[in-house]
Amino acid sequence: MASTIDAVMAGTVFKIEVKVGDTIDFGDVVAILESMKMEIPIEADGAGVVQEILVAEGATVDTGTPILSYK
Amino acid sequence: MSIGKDSEELHRRKETARAGGQGKSRERHLASGKLLVRQRLELLFDDGFEFEDGLLAAGESGLPADGIITCIGKVDGRDIAVIANDATVKAGTWGRQALLKFNRMQDLAKDTGLPLLYLVDSAGARIDEQKTLFLGRNGWGNIWYNQVQASGVIPQVCVLFGPSPAGAAYVPALCDLTIMVDKQASAYLGSPRMAKMTIFEDVTEEQMGGARLHCMVSGVGDVLVKDDAEGIARAREYLSFLPQNWTEKPVAVPARAPVATAKPIGEIVPNNQNVAYDVHELIDALVDEGSFFEVKANFAKEMTTGLARLGGLSVGIVANNSRHKGGVLFNDSSDKAARFIWMCNAFNVPLIFLQDISGYMIGSSVEKAGIIRHGAKLLSAVCEATVPRICVLVRKAYGGGYLAMSGAPTHPDAMIALPTAMPALVGPEAAVNAIHYNQIMELPEAERSAFVAAKRDEYAADIDVYKAAADTFAAEDVVAPEELRDDLVKRLRIYSRRKAATIERRSAVHPV
Repeated sequence: MASTIDAVMAGTVFKIEVKVGDTIDFGDVVAILESMKMEIPIEADGAGVVQEILVAEGATVDTGTPILSYK
Repeated sequence: MSIGKDSEELHRRKETARAGGQGKSRERHLASGKLLVRQRLELLFDDGFEFEDGLLAAGESGLPADGIITCIGKVDGRDIAVIANDATVKAGTWGRQALLKFNRMQDLAKDTGLPLLYLVDSAGARIDEQKTLFLGRNGWGNIWYNQVQASGVIPQVCVLFGPSPAGAAYVPALCDLTIMVDKQASAYLGSPRMAKMTIFEDVTEEQMGGARLHCMVSGVGDVLVKDDAEGIARAREYLSFLPQNWTEKPVAVPARAPVATAKPIGEIVPNNQNVAYDVHELIDALVDEGSFFEVKANFAKEMTTGLARLGGLSVGIVANNSRHKGGVLFNDSSDKAARFIWMCNAFNVPLIFLQDISGYMIGSSVEKAGIIRHGAKLLSAVCEATVPRICVLVRKAYGGGYLAMSGAPTHPDAMIALPTAMPALVGPEAAVNAIHYNQIMELPEAERSAFVAAKRDEYAADIDVYKAAADTFAAEDVVAPEELRDDLVKRLRIYSRRKAATIERRSAVHPV
């Protein structure tokens, strides 16, 4: 089953750093959010292959919004 | 009966009590990878016990020491009081004599001003004794009553080696610091079995109250360790930063230079205020090599808290970590810092704040969760701290976050700015939007971004460290990054001379 990597806080998606098919490892920065005028790195909380990118750059996200799925 | 025979019997009885529980409970205990309680104590103390109380208690009932060891021993040459469960005797549960021993050692530690270590591995209260030990003035509840009486008088530390269920879960919660052994420690008010029966929830013990849950999510745990031996080693290390009790000062040790591999501070802190960095690198470059003892390393990581040595002096560090959630203050990070500040303040540990904060988190979800209450708690802890306190402005220092992180109006002994500091009520983006909103709206859309950019530059120049912090004498000094460590050491030496002013009152009314 695929897991998701979620936004840690409310903000907008500044950059997606990976694409579908990329291999990711625990701690890799997969996206950067912009919130409170800071660039917030979003790290992988597990290892696997990116299945789907679930938000577009520039999208508004809330705490817990899935950013991508991987397995 | 001859004297020799008397001694023999005493010796035999004591040996039986020291051996603890036998048979299956002992086998199960050892098979799970745990150390026996007396092995833990051997690791803890420099050289055995000074003395032990109640070794023969409950011996007549065949319960060695009634499943609890209360004793005094030396840690780094200092006397430390210990209450330690023996899980091989009735699962370390609390019976009558166990409770009497527990309370007696709590009193002794408080009255003689010795740190008290709780080595917990207990299934909690013995339900079959509730008639005499639950309801009246002398019962299990005295344990927490005593913990509260001793709070801030003597350091109280818990190492959780196993369970501590239901009411017993408040023992770790009421200690200043709780160390939890991974995959062994657990604490919950209602067991998974009880939850299944009453609220139809189906979770494992680990999900309900395991060490990871408490060290990463709930915040009940402060330090996560891999096994019993590491738990003991970490407890010894923690105690080394603190005095015996609130009337004494921590003992200084010989100063050591920061770790040789640390990068210069000027290279660690990014000039671009919006780019995150890991504040641990800055801490490593500041403190004596290998001295940082992080508290709640895996909880609310946007705030980094821990004890360290600075030029040999014991200090508490409270630092925004932009690497996580931009270093923005949330409910949990406010709580984490507030409790750490209270602990340092109680035991005469000077505080160093490393500010890099764009503020408290905003938005309706954090408002619903009560960020104002939690933020007020941190402000309260900062404003009532009377130990030497230095605020370092590293980069951003905005709004309420600036005050919560010990900004000048909260009366630290000093506020020191690095040249990268940028203190302001709000940052350039928000300020320009607030001040020039109508003007921006009146402009043709094509001209707006250029206008906004120009206004932001103008504003940013105005909150530059020399204009905002130095020229106004809001900050005592602006120092070069490479001079920061020496400056802090010299200042601490002076500020430690100050007598703390106390306010006459029963207690403050703390926001929670």
